Parts: sequence; structure tokens; C-alpha cells
Amino acid sequence: MPETLAGTGVLIRLGLRRDRWLLPLWIVGFALIAYSTALAGTELYPDVASRVEAATALNATASMVALFGRIYDPTSIGALSLIKYTAFMTAILAVLMVILAIRHTRSDEESGRLELLGGGRLGRDAPLASALTISLGANVVLGLLSAAALAAGGLPAAGSLAFGLGWAATGMAFSAVAGLAAQLTASARAATGLSIGVIAVTYALRAVGDLAEPGPSVLSWLSPIGWNQQIRAFAGDRWWVLVLPVSLCLVLVPAAFALRARRDLGAGLRAERPGPAVGSLSGVWDLAVRLQYRVLLAWAVAFLVFGVVIGSLVSNVAELLSSPNAQDLIRMLGGRQALTDAFLAAEISIMGLLAAAYGVSSAGHLRSEEAAGHTEALLGTATTRIRWASSHFAFALAGVALLLLLAGVSIGVGAAVGVNDAALVGSSTVAAVAQIPAAWVVTSAVLAVFGWAPRLAGAVWGLLLVFVALGEFGVLWNAPDWVMDLSPFRHSPMLPVGSGSVPELAGLTVAAAVLAVLGYAGWRRRDLAA
Amino acid sequence: MRSVVEMTGVVKRFGAVTALDGLDFEVAAGEVHGFLGPNGSGKSTTLRLLLGLLRSDAGSIRVLGLDPWRDVASLHRRLAYVPGDVALWPNLTGGEVIELLGRLQGGQDRARRDRLLELFELDPTKKARTYSKGNRQKVALVAALATDAELFLLDEPTSGLDPLMEDAFRGCVRELRAQGRTVVLSSHILSEAEALSDRVSIIRSGRVVETGPLEQLRHLTRTSVTADVAAVPPGLDLLPGVHDVVITNHRVNAQVDPAGLTLLMQALTTAGLKSLTSHPPTLEDLFLRHYGEIPAGVPAAAVGSSPGRATGPAPGGRRAGDA
Ligand SMILES: Nc1ncnc2c1ncn2[C@@H]1O[C@H](COP(=O)(O)OP(=O)(O)O)[C@@H](O)[C@H]1O
Ligand SMILES: [Mg+2]
Repeated sequence: MPETLAGTGVLIRLGLRRDRWLLPLWIVGFALIAYSTALAGTELYPDVASRVEAATALNATASMVALFGRIYDPTSIGALSLIKYTAFMTAILAVLMVILAIRHTRSDEESGRLELLGGGRLGRDAPLASALTISLGANVVLGLLSAAALAAGGLPAAGSLAFGLGWAATGMAFSAVAGLAAQLTASARAATGLSIGVIAVTYALRAVGDLAEPGPSVLSWLSPIGWNQQIRAFAGDRWWVLVLPVSLCLVLVPAAFALRARRDLGAGLRAERPGPAVGSLSGVWDLAVRLQYRVLLAWAVAFLVFGVVIGSLVSNVAELLSSPNAQDLIRMLGGRQALTDAFLAAEISIMGLLAAAYGVSSAGHLRSEEAAGHTEALLGTATTRIRWASSHFAFALAGVALLLLLAGVSIGVGAAVGVNDAALVGSSTVAAVAQIPAAWVVTSAVLAVFGWAPRLAGAVWGLLLVFVALGEFGVLWNAPDWVMDLSPFRHSPMLPVGSGSVPELAGLTVAAAVLAVLGYAGWRRRDLAA
Repeated sequence: MRSVVEMTGVVKRFGAVTALDGLDFEVAAGEVHGFLGPNGSGKSTTLRLLLGLLRSDAGSIRVLGLDPWRDVASLHRRLAYVPGDVALWPNLTGGEVIELLGRLQGGQDRARRDRLLELFELDPTKKARTYSKGNRQKVALVAALATDAELFLLDEPTSGLDPLMEDAFRGCVRELRAQGRTVVLSSHILSEAEALSDRVSIIRSGRVVETGPLEQLRHLTRTSVTADVAAVPPGLDLLPGVHDVVITNHRVNAQVDPAGLTLLMQALTTAGLKSLTSHPPTLEDLFLRHYGEIPAGVPAAAVGSSPGRATGPAPGGRRAGDA
């Protein structure tokens, strides 16, 4: 083994030990989702006719194609059931893989842990090599386990394997992207940001590419997420497409090692510019803004673009159902307006969930700052606990509100331009703003958990996932009403929002306030925890 | 003598671990107080309690006459703290952090800050990410020392500093004392506290076991001497102030009070001194001798029960539990 790789084995063992909960959780989570989707699919679409009907409708809906992709064999139960998983879930997998790779390279470097280990004969390339090895193992196990889960759920074995390998190969491609980004940037945060930016761009590329008629345009072929869709598991099983992500890894991984050889530990390729010698931070609020505004800005831009795009898709929906039968259906449902409203309501509720995710990550600064030891230095000054916690919490609440306001306006503008109806701007803005209290409830839950059980602060992500799953699968699972009612999003009013929604909105706001007060009370009385 | 810090019978538990077990600790106004103890003995826990970052399970704590758990803001405006593990925001420059902490504290002396930056040779325009451990420590030190606090709580402030910077730091502490401020300085290195402190308290397993002015704790600070001689003179262990004499072949090992050094040296020189090493006592030596604790790696035979072994409380020094 070359000198530069010395200690790789030690780091792999250490990494696996650090992630002994995280990795199994992710892997089993993905496999379980695959399994339950496969089961649900066969139940929902028992015969070929029902599948073809659903698949044709999906393929004809531009927003669905942009968001999830196309179904390449309308008779295939696998292709239909897994429509949300070839692109959307793959992007989530990619994000997790980026986090994993950065965690074991840049983050360790930043915290000085690598320096600590580097004293004892650790080769220069060992951290990157161990991070990529762990990623490879995680991807392969996740892919194979998911393939087995799909087959166990009643889907054809060959297609299941193609699907699982697709996840493994695409996940690994993004591990390699992160490995490269970790060498280019000077901080873990920047490396994560860069990699997630790449995921977003590849997702958008395939969205535009998939919308082209008749099939995917060359844009989809420029995107690793597009490749995963073009494997067409359960709809032809085109194994050769797997060559693309594997080749990408074979290019990116050596490139990452080559870059590593050209920089110092702790440095990026670009040298750090000196900063202000005094600075203008005059309090904890300034500090919270400084630590958080960049990420909020990125979310805001994404919300704006995403909003305009999905808003404009409303015109496709209106035109889609122009057959006489469909026209009857539309009249029955309350006219064209009702259809537009239903579509916009669905989009806006997705934005509500996304804004809540922002709220969780932003309020997560409470715990990450405390765990990093930054809070100790601040609380050693005249700053009170409440004041400090309020800075990050208020930023999170304001960020959630801002994002939903942007979402409402941009969806409204997109829709208004699409169907030439300016009134949509107002109504979708009101509908999006009406999502704020539900997203605040989730954000406040972070503060509540932080106050009483700081080490469990990450669990709110799980809670949010449960709410998403309840919204998505609750009816399918026959979940009892009281369980469904636990999700604050179930109490969010749908478009068009009337004055009848005021009590529900007030109720959600009170719930958020109660959680916040609870959180503050816990935080005031507990020890500072490392 | 006004007390700035008063802790009596303080207990702090972390789950099953009892970090502080009935701790009594007292610091007088205007003194530099060394807070000495091995790793894990409870120094950081004590300081965090004094700041209200942790909540005690029993006992009473007063700092500057205030309750650190309740009167956080008014108390913290009058003190400055340097944590044991200085963690900084990687994307902020050292200068930004110093300014921020200073403003949160309620104001810094700009001129003093600039002087400290120069003294510690710290470049404030660098991002904290690029700082070494020593430089992060300097950021926290400059931020704290540039304030107008009455009380300075410094948790192992010199860890990571090179000897030159340690010297600079000592100068700063002496300056603070000259201005009548109170400094609490935790350390696990005896010689460091010795160089600065008016009084020291020694903490062991969550209790203060010894406290007093340094001169009165002199009995604790014996020099360890190792000498090779042509022929070992008889009766070395009978010399006053010479303790724990161990003789192997032509080598003599002994612990010596400052008062016994001259006699021992005379005896050794007449015996034909071939080589001589001596080192100041370490905290480990002290615990070994004074509390009969044997650190790992020291053979029990080397300890023995030599005649000079201290057994009772020393005059002037107060053993915890006597009160
Ligand atoms: N947050 C905590 N949770 C659990 N145990 C702790 C915590 N903080 C300190 N301890 C324990 O309390 C004891 C005293 O620790 P500390 O005050 O950090 O010692 P010192 O600063 O003297 O090295 C140690 O046994 C340590 O493991
Ligand atoms: Mg400590």
C-alpha cells in the first residue's frame, strides 16, 4: 500500500463506529420505503387497465413529469409505483451521500480531528480514501437491500435489481462529487453547499429534459439523476446505462486524489483572503444573521425559481383535460377554476413542507452551536440564555415566513402568466402565507426538544418525515384519524383560503407558541451540554 | 478580606458521575488564585458553575455577592471568562470574534485590545478556521483581557501557548493584579500556578483538599533529586528536609524541601558527585506523596513508607474537612 494511504483501515473502522446508528438507519429507511411502496403499488393498481390509465395521466401532466419523470412502460406496475423514487428519492439519497462524504473528510479536517490522528502515521490520502470506501459500502448495501425489498414486495426480480443498482451507482457518483468538492473548497459548509448545488442543477437539467416531447432530450443525458431514470427499471431494464455513473466515479475519484495532493491540510485550492480585523458584529442577532443568511438566500432563490416553474405548469393542467369526458368531470368538480385551485393547493402544500424543513435546519443552529462549544463563549458574556436562543429561533421563524411568502408570490405570478388570470397572484399568496403557522409548529418543536433533550434535537427531522409520510401514505395505510391529526399540515387551510380558516390558523399559532415557551423553560433550567 | 467567590458544599452530578462532591472554594478580592488539579478532577465543572452554565445539585454559590444561576446578566457584566476548550466560528476572523465578545460583554478598551494583539502576535484578519489551538486560545484571552472585568475566570489559559506567549500571559496577569482585579486560574501544572498565584486551592476528585498561600504550601513543593555518586554516604535519610530516599547501587533518589537542599548537596559532593538531575515537583508527585495515590507506571516499591512522608495537615495550610 502506498505511504499516502497509510491508516486508511483505521479510519474506516473509526468512521463505521461513528456512523453505527446513522448508516443502518438510512439504509433500512430506504429499503423500508421501497418495500412499502412496492406493496402499496400492487394493491392500488391491481390490473393492467388501471395502470395504463394512471401512467398515461401522469405522463400527460407536465408538472408530474418535471418533478418525477416519465413512465416508460405504462403497463409496468414497478415503473408506475416507483415513479417518485427514480429522481426525487434519488436526489435525497444523493444529499445524504454528500453529507456522509463531507462528514468524514472536510468536517474532520476542520475540527482538527484529522490533525489529531495525523500525528500517528496517517497518510495524506487516507481520509478521502476511507470516506469513499465507507460511501461505496453504504451505497452497495443500500442498493442491494432495496432491490431485495422491492422483490420481496412482489415486483419482478430483474427490475428490482436494476433499480437497486441504479440507486447504488447514482449515490456513489454523488459521493465522488462530494469527495471532489471537499478538495476544492476551504470549509465543510462550502463543500456541502457546492455538492448540493450540483444535485440541484442535475435535477433541474433532467426536469427540463424530460419535458421535451416525445422523450428525454439530451439535457436528461447530461444529468446523473437523469441517467438513473434512463435505466428504466421495470420498463426495459437498460443495464448498460449503469456504465455512465460508474465511469463518472472513475473520473471524479482520481481527480479528487490529484487535487488533494496539491493542497495543504485545512486549506482549499483557493487561498483564504484575509477578513476584517475588527468587524461589525455587535450582538447575538448579528451573529445569527451572519451564520445563517447565506443558506436562507440560497433557499429563497430556489423557492422563487421553483415557484415560478410549478406555477406556470397550471396552464398544462387546464389544457390537459380538454376531452369531452374530462370537461364533464371538470364541471362536476366545480369548473376549471376548481381544478386550477386544486393543483395550486397541492403545490403550495409541498412548499409548506419544504419551508418547515428549512425551519428545522435553521433552528437546528441552536443545537449545533451549543455542541460545537460556541455557545459557552457567548454565555460567558453578559448575554442571557433566552436572548441567545431567541436569535437563532427568530431567524428560523422569519426565514420560514419569508420563504412561504416568496413561494406564494412566485407560484401566483407563474400561474397568472400561464392562464392569464392576475387574481391568482393574490389567492396563492394568501394560501402560501396560510401555511406559515403549520411550518412554525415544526420549527418550534426544534426549540422544545432543544430545551429538554438537546442530544435528541435531530429527531425533529424524523418527526417531519412522519408528517410527510402521513400526508402521503396516511390514507393508504388506513391510519386512524387522531394519528393523521397529529400532523400540523393537516390543519393548514387549502386554497382558496376563506375567513373560515382563522380558528385553525390561530390554533396552529398557539401550538407553535406553546412549544416555544416549553422550549425556553427547559433551556433556562438545564445544564449547558457539550 | 472580602470574598469574591464563595462555594460551600457544592455537589454536581452528571448522571451516575459525581463531578463535584461537597466542594468548598473561596477566592478573596484582589488575589490571583491558582486552581490546581489533575485532569478530570472537576476544575472546568467548578468554573462553569461559577458562570451559571451548569446548575448545582446542592450547596451554595456566591460570585461577587450574586447568585450565578439567577443574576446572570448583571454578574457576567462584571466578569470575564476564557473557556477550557476555545471553539470559534470557522468563518469569522479572530478580530470579529474579539469585537463580538467584547460588545456582548458591554465594552472593551480598544487601545488595550490592540496592545494585547501585538503582545500575543495575533493576526486578527485571519479566519478562525486557519488558527492553531494556541491562536484560538489567544483570541479568547485577548477578548477577555481587554474587558474591564472585576473577576477573571481562566480555565487552563496557557494550554497551547508556546513559552514566549506564556511569558506574555504572565505579564498580563501581573498587570491585572496590580490593578486590584481578581483572577482565578485553573491548571494541572503546579509550576505554572506557582509562578503566578498568591494562593492556590488543590482539587482532587471533586473536593478541594488543600488551600492556602503558596509559602504555607511549601511543604507540598519538594524538589526531586537524582544523583550518581562514587560511594553512597550513610544517613542521608536522616538529614532534615530530605524525604523518600531510595538508593539503588550508586544512585540516590530523594525528595527535598527547599530547606534541606544545602545539606543534601554538601553530603553528596563530599561523596564524589558524578551526575546530578533535579526537577521541580509535579502535581503527580504531590498527590503521590501527600495523598498516597500512586499514578499508573510508578512501582509501589519506589514509594515505600519513608520517614519523611507527610501524614497530617501542614501548619497554615488547611485541609478540606477540617473546617
Ligand atoms: N457534561 C458532562 N457530562 C458528564 N460528565 C461530565 C460532564 N462534564 C464533566 N464531566 C465529568 O466530570 C468530571 C470533572 O470534569 P472536569 O470538570 O471537566 O475536569 P477538569 O476540568 O478538572 O479536567 C470528569 O469525570 C468528567 O468526565
Ligand atoms: Mg478542564
